[in-house]
Amino acid sequence: MEYLIRFVQQHETFRKPEVEALAELLKIKFRWVSYSDDTPFAIIDFEDTENPTKAARDLVSRSILVSKMYELWGRGTDFDSLHADIRNRTEHIWPDYQASTFRFEFDSYHGTHPNDEKWRLIESFSYMKFTGRIVMSRPENQFIVFEDYKLDAPKPHNVFFGREVAEGGRKAMNKYNVKKRHYIATTSMDAELSLVTANMALSAPGTIAYDPFMGTGSFPVSCAHFGAAVFGSDLDGRSIRGKKGRNVASNFKQYGTSDLYLGGVTADLTNSPICSGRFLDAIVCDPPYGVREGLKVLGHVKEKLQQEVILSNGVPAHLQSDYVPPKKPYSFVRMLDDILDFSAIRLVDGGRLCMWMPVAGAKEDPEATPEGLEEPAKEEPEAEEYAIPQHPALALVAESKQHFNKWSRRLITYRRLQDSEISQEALTAYGMQRLELQASNQTGETTRANDLNDFRKKYFEGFKNP
Amino acid sequence: MKLLTLNFLTCARKTCKTNPAAFPLHPREAELEQIEAEINPLLIQNLLPRINWEVLKTISQELGLPSLPESAPDSEDFMTEEGEPTQTLKDLHTLLMEMNVQNGKLVCGSCEHEYAIKEGIANFLLPSHMV
Repeated sequence: MEYLIRFVQQHETFRKPEVEALAELLKIKFRWVSYSDDTPFAIIDFEDTENPTKAARDLVSRSILVSKMYELWGRGTDFDSLHADIRNRTEHIWPDYQASTFRFEFDSYHGTHPNDEKWRLIESFSYMKFTGRIVMSRPENQFIVFEDYKLDAPKPHNVFFGREVAEGGRKAMNKYNVKKRHYIATTSMDAELSLVTANMALSAPGTIAYDPFMGTGSFPVSCAHFGAAVFGSDLDGRSIRGKKGRNVASNFKQYGTSDLYLGGVTADLTNSPICSGRFLDAIVCDPPYGVREGLKVLGHVKEKLQQEVILSNGVPAHLQSDYVPPKKPYSFVRMLDDILDFSAIRLVDGGRLCMWMPVAGAKEDPEATPEGLEEPAKEEPEAEEYAIPQHPALALVAESKQHFNKWSRRLITYRRLQDSEISQEALTAYGMQRLELQASNQTGETTRANDLNDFRKKYFEGFKNP
Repeated sequence: MKLLTLNFLTCARKTCKTNPAAFPLHPREAELEQIEAEINPLLIQNLLPRINWEVLKTISQELGLPSLPESAPDSEDFMTEEGEPTQTLKDLHTLLMEMNVQNGKLVCGSCEHEYAIKEGIANFLLPSHMV
């Protein structure tokens, strides 16, 4: 039997990757029979599954972007073809449901019916001879008529009929709502996308995840919600320590996951204290964009301040208890490189890196321009597209976009390849490029930007043309 | 900071990365606090192969904790036949997941740089001349 997934109609480009991530985690095999970002209704079919109902429940129970899951009893382009398809697919199982308590409901996307018409439509299903009691609250079986309308269309172009089998995991959003969280900051990621990110990272009991830009801990608490042990770091120790008992540790306490919080350290990704063994199952992060929070790393731009500073009393400055090390601005693209390289060294085989990155400008997809509307005479400023960073040891799994008014950000998910899958040539070339860049940075500041761009260009091409 | 974390931390200085003496960092003047936590057999079983047993023995000894067995336990010895956690697992759980370093220092065995731990948060920021 095929199954219908009722998605929420938002964050569309995250929906498919989230379900696929959960299938990978649970080792459930399925294929998409139909999926489109333009509709909340998708159809899937399980493969090699003994108990598809259980698979259906497991697959969506912690999905944030799935509202509910249904057995697909029939589909059509109008009600006549729907009824014919229902007979075809399910006539042999009607007797199993004829005596149970039940309820019919409508789920019309972009459309509505007056109540009397709903009654008439429901009556048209009477050939299934459901004689059980109709109850509105907690029926044994809940049947739904789905209708998919194009905007302002008089009739639906797709209709489906299904029996509810499972609910998604959206209730977690309420628990993790940042409005109710005791400790947050201006850049805390909202609960919905934090939890989706944790799903994309395959967070589960027995795994360990790390966030190098943890801030107030939005990602770590979300990963811990799904049972992962977590730790993190931030260049600004104040964000971990918090104030007056409100801090990252207190967030874990609020959610009852303190046992999974291994700790937070003040650290810089470019001079990281995290061991370089392959021990992390996931790395999740939303690196500083340099907008609300400075994009900085340890060091000083002035050469004379790169030497040890001795105070007038002869004591080195860095040994003072209130010493704050200087920081210098850093290239965003360079930071993304560093995150990828850091992850490639520390993720286990099949481990995932989930990284957010911003895209300036508001470039819309061409098909998003409404038909019949004249193109605006003035060209919209081109989105300042960064290409997706690449690393020879990391395979791209998914790219999902969240649009804002003047910019968007995307969640990029990578999978750590097994060493045997990695091209040694590409890896060597990549290592050489990084070394060259680091060397050029030592010699002078002015040449840096160009070197950076050259490097960037080459590795965005995947080092195919040496 | 749970003691488990110490197994994954080394000196932040680039010049120390190739020196084996930089790992593990040596706890000094460490204040430990035991905070009860629910036992997580799956996590310990998964992490055991990712932990260097010699390193864990060193850390544990330097913190003045009871000495660990000579070699790493087998994860098959974590559960009794009745499915209850064994003493081996309980001891590891107490050590890795319940012991918290609240204050003190972590010292690099290679460059002798000291990283302070305050309120359970270690500070690995370096002055400019060490970057």
